[in-house]
Amino acid sequence: MKSEQWLHAHYEVSFEELCELSGLSQAELRELVASGVLVPTDPAAQEWSFSADRLTMARSARRLRRDFDLDPGAVALVTALLERIRDLEAEIRDLRARLPGAMR
Amino acid sequence: MKYKDYYGVMGVDRKASAEEIKQAYRKLARKYHPDVSKEPGAEEKFKEVGEAYETLKDPEKRAAYDQLGSHRPGQDFRPPPGWERHFGSGTFSFEDLDLGDLFAGMGGGMHRDGRAGAGIRMPGQDYEVTAHITLEDAYRGTEVDLELGVPELDENGFVHRVRRAFKARIPKGATDGQRLRLPGRGGKGLNGGRDGDLYLNVALHPHRLFRVSGHDLFLDLPLAPWEAVLGTTVQVPTLAGTVSLKVPPGTHAGQQLRLAGRGLPKPHAGEGDLFAIVQIAVPSVASERERALYQELAEVSTFNPRGHFAQEGAK
Repeated sequence: MKSEQWLHAHYEVSFEELCELSGLSQAELRELVASGVLVPTDPAAQEWSFSADRLTMARSARRLRRDFDLDPGAVALVTALLERIRDLEAEIRDLRARLPGAMR
Repeated sequence: MKYKDYYGVMGVDRKASAEEIKQAYRKLARKYHPDVSKEPGAEEKFKEVGEAYETLKDPEKRAAYDQLGSHRPGQDFRPPPGWERHFGSGTFSFEDLDLGDLFAGMGGGMHRDGRAGAGIRMPGQDYEVTAHITLEDAYRGTEVDLELGVPELDENGFVHRVRRAFKARIPKGATDGQRLRLPGRGGKGLNGGRDGDLYLNVALHPHRLFRVSGHDLFLDLPLAPWEAVLGTTVQVPTLAGTVSLKVPPGTHAGQQLRLAGRGLPKPHAGEGDLFAIVQIAVPSVASERERALYQELAEVSTFNPRGHFAQEGAK
């Protein structure tokens, strides 16, 4: 059995892997790429690959599509907004860590 | 079998129309969906809502559910005679069956993710779980014991939820919010489909001393006023034990003194840094002698910390 795999920027997954592991269809993944939500490591490459942390995002997109019955455009929009929230939360976490304890 | 009040969970009347049920589901899903909700217990709540909706949105399942009558949630009850006909042939005991699992299996499906028709290759279910570990564990790498309620098929093809214990290794290099995929550690695939994966979400317990951002750590470093002015060498805690840190003369409050490579190890190579954030600590009670020395200092010093304020007024 393969060992554990980190889902972060140091590792890559192929388009097919992302498709299989996220449960999104190829068309849905292409829609996410076309709308700029999902960016391949090299968009000009013949075969796309993605940073492994994008799998987390793609899986979330799949759940949202299923549980809210969203069309591909809505999936892209919701996912883009969620990503922004996650980025902002990460920034807040980072700023909090830098604040001296007495000031938090 | 334990009764579940699906109408109650969805907050709708037993006579609610399909449209009303759908509306109620959308509202609750927006509130509790684990991907969008910050409510405590959202995931559990969403599971309940999802289960209720799966049954009530399907006219056939809803009719079968309605035949059970109305009981108190959690109450043990027996379905009316012949009720099991809804679930195909075969006899089975209702004793340890879960109502939600029973309905999920109705019509030959095993999970709302997909249908397990005869002979169709179906990948196993993915499991997702959060592992709460200490900062020390993240630093060294650790093994965690997890318990998960997972669906399993019995010999009659009915789904049962069973508690399964997992051991999972979290190699060093993890930090808060990072995810690990453990291939093949999820549910078993059917008819030659691949096994599901286990997704592990790492969450760090807050630490008494260190705050974490990515692989960097932040530590408050209180200094006495004279230490900050004169400079000193202090002992600071790190995850690998105490180290000496040189504090240069004239160190300001808020200054970050970097201890390179003393943060969390990164999973591929290298490690984060530890930043000691200087605070000037002042004794709340000063002795007579100390007060006298401060008084003397105040008279001797020409230092004006507010020189950048307006020309006049502020002092």
